Amino acid sequence: MEDQIFVSDLPSLDTLYPGKVTLDTRSGYSGFIVPREFLLEVSTEIHDVWGYDMLSSITGVDYFPEKMEVVYHFYRSLGGGALVLKVQVPRDDAVVPSIFSIYNGAEFQEREAWDLLGIKFDGHPDLRRILMWEGFEGFPLRKDWKEAYYEGDTKPFSSRWPEGVAEHSENKNIFNDNVKYPENFDPDKWIASGEEALYLGLQKSENGKDMETESIVINLGPQHPSTHGVFRMAALVDGEEIVDLKPAFGYLHRNHEKIGERNTFLQNMPFTDRLDYISSMSNNFGYALAVEKLMGVKPPERAEYIRVIMAELTRIESHFMSTGFLLNDLGAFFTPALYALKERELILDVFEAVSGSRMMCNYFRFGGVVRDLPAGIQETIKNLAFERLPGKVDELDQLLTENEIVRSRCMGIGVLTAEQAINLSVTGPILRASGVPYDIRRADPYSIYDRFDFDIPVFYHGDVYDRYLIRIEEMRQSVRIIQQAITQIPEGPVFEGKPQYQVRVPAGEAYGRVEAPKGELGFYVVSNGQANPWRYHVRAPSFINLTSLRQMCLKYKVADVIAILGSIDIVLGEVDR
Amino acid sequence: MGINGIVKGLGITLKHFLETYWVDIKYKGKRYGTESGINDRRAFDTKGIFTVQYPEEKSKVPEAFRYIPFLVYDEGETGEKEIRCTSCGICAKVCPPQCIWITRSVNPETGKPVPKPAKFFIDVDICMNCGLCAEYCPFEAIRMDHDYEIANIDRFAHHIYDLDKLLKPASYYAEIRPTQFKEEDDARKEKEAKKAAARAAKET
Repeated sequence: MEDQIFVSDLPSLDTLYPGKVTLDTRSGYSGFIVPREFLLEVSTEIHDVWGYDMLSSITGVDYFPEKMEVVYHFYRSLGGGALVLKVQVPRDDAVVPSIFSIYNGAEFQEREAWDLLGIKFDGHPDLRRILMWEGFEGFPLRKDWKEAYYEGDTKPFSSRWPEGVAEHSENKNIFNDNVKYPENFDPDKWIASGEEALYLGLQKSENGKDMETESIVINLGPQHPSTHGVFRMAALVDGEEIVDLKPAFGYLHRNHEKIGERNTFLQNMPFTDRLDYISSMSNNFGYALAVEKLMGVKPPERAEYIRVIMAELTRIESHFMSTGFLLNDLGAFFTPALYALKERELILDVFEAVSGSRMMCNYFRFGGVVRDLPAGIQETIKNLAFERLPGKVDELDQLLTENEIVRSRCMGIGVLTAEQAINLSVTGPILRASGVPYDIRRADPYSIYDRFDFDIPVFYHGDVYDRYLIRIEEMRQSVRIIQQAITQIPEGPVFEGKPQYQVRVPAGEAYGRVEAPKGELGFYVVSNGQANPWRYHVRAPSFINLTSLRQMCLKYKVADVIAILGSIDIVLGEVDR
Repeated sequence: MGINGIVKGLGITLKHFLETYWVDIKYKGKRYGTESGINDRRAFDTKGIFTVQYPEEKSKVPEAFRYIPFLVYDEGETGEKEIRCTSCGICAKVCPPQCIWITRSVNPETGKPVPKPAKFFIDVDICMNCGLCAEYCPFEAIRMDHDYEIANIDRFAHHIYDLDKLLKPASYYAEIRPTQFKEEDDARKEKEAKKAAARAAKET
């Protein structure tokens, strides 16, 4: 069947809504500028009329000292390119209407922009800090904010060469004037006001029962083996039933984006490894795509193939891991997880031989990859793709899929409908398990994915079981892609041009996104022509997928929450950034 | 609700369980502590017990493996250390966590810089093992090491490496990275030969 869905072109909003929308004419920029008073109206229009039903990313840019800009990326769940809207506001009056009522997926992202950039979203139901702690003073991503170990606005620091003498930063008086505290702050007496807000924010249900019951708040985490890291959920329970639930995170926050803005473009590459540390090759891929878009370079053929092979190996490895650990969460203590980890180890051996590191690969460069595949590795990948992995995926499938305990624990649990999933900005396997066939490799193809023959698996129940099944199925498709890529891979160079440690990136903005194992991983990079990015934003899939956690957990039991969280497959390195 | 799925799953675990014995018998007790045994456990068709019993057993790291940079020196004819580093500062500039400090040598008489490092420090606790310094060094002077067992008791006393600790001979480099070393060595020799030929052509 050669059915093709034709997606209409981007509407030229400036002619459709004259006076309300203007074209962004800065060189290197695209999209439309909307004054804040028309934002709600225009976004309702693009949602209802133009079908841009997925809000991919909201972030802010501090164009110090002039203005703040809020950047919205919308997509259609049918596929196609982005619609970019921008709202410009003065820095001292950074207030923008919240689009939460139209796109529920804006919830965490607006909170993040408020937390880090101090942009207030009018009408947001729960605008609290999300990554920083509640008593924190200031907005760290603003350009005039300085961190505790501040040494200079941009790297490289001049103290390192030619007269550098090493000194432990702890020995310097690093706290100078860089860390501000709220007035009358006393750490011994301070009580987190946000804590109260978190509990008060939980919605009690209308008690329609005959018996008088009392609902109580249970904190799951932050120290809990099933939360996959330092992650906390405040759950309001009535008996065993979840009445409301709010996640709290940021315990692993290190302000990756601020570090990224201090770094040069190249220096960010190894830092992206540390986001979703299970799948560093995918992270490299997304960032390389974004910066390559800005630079206008294209990697050579062989490098493209290597990239696809590495990204798909990453997907298999990550899905093995998440399947294994979902079973751990269900109580099958470590037998499936270790079977899965065994296959992952073999894939990591490949990464180690290719990139030099098992997990922190740092393998992609702007315009190619670091080095060619070493001798013998092509054979290893072939053996894995043709001999080992297909059988092992089947084995995992046989071990678990029909297991009655797995089925009764997972089927019909944590249901997310297609409409809810799209509205909550959910991406990746979770979205496809809810019946939306949206995969960026097909919907908005990048690299050379349009050359391969593979299917996008879709399941329709949207429960934990389907989210497990889809990962098994995706591993099979990834194996298919690797099989094709490894047999077709041409000889040739793996890097375009001469490797440079200071790349020239023309001024402008770019949004590069890839289908990472956990969902849509996007990098929004703004360059002003200097050696360092002016803005570097990560659209982290596990972070945004967590927006749907509450919706998935309502009305289920406490024990199900663990399974549901396991099925979302979060990595805290990426959630907290 | 049946129990077919559970029985089938248990069959797979039983298969795994029996395989561990079968493979051990096949190897006649030579699977552990031997190199071939370790390699078998890293092979694509491995079966049975998978764990490598570190530290008694160690799996060999691949050539590309990177861990903490070191500085390469060539051994001169009289045995002195000819440091390749010219203190150009590229590694210090490209380092993402900025953990490299270099003091350039200065000729005390003229006050002009000399292309040799007077001091060279790497804070190995801050180093993120990304390997960018080795990748962009134009003189093949800084390379990533394979020695990953550097745990120590006191960060302040031991974990800022200075020149003494960083310098390692080119022979060591050739030993851990034979392919890369040979490529670079060949390229250098070719370049020198070309230079010599050009000079010879000029003189005649």
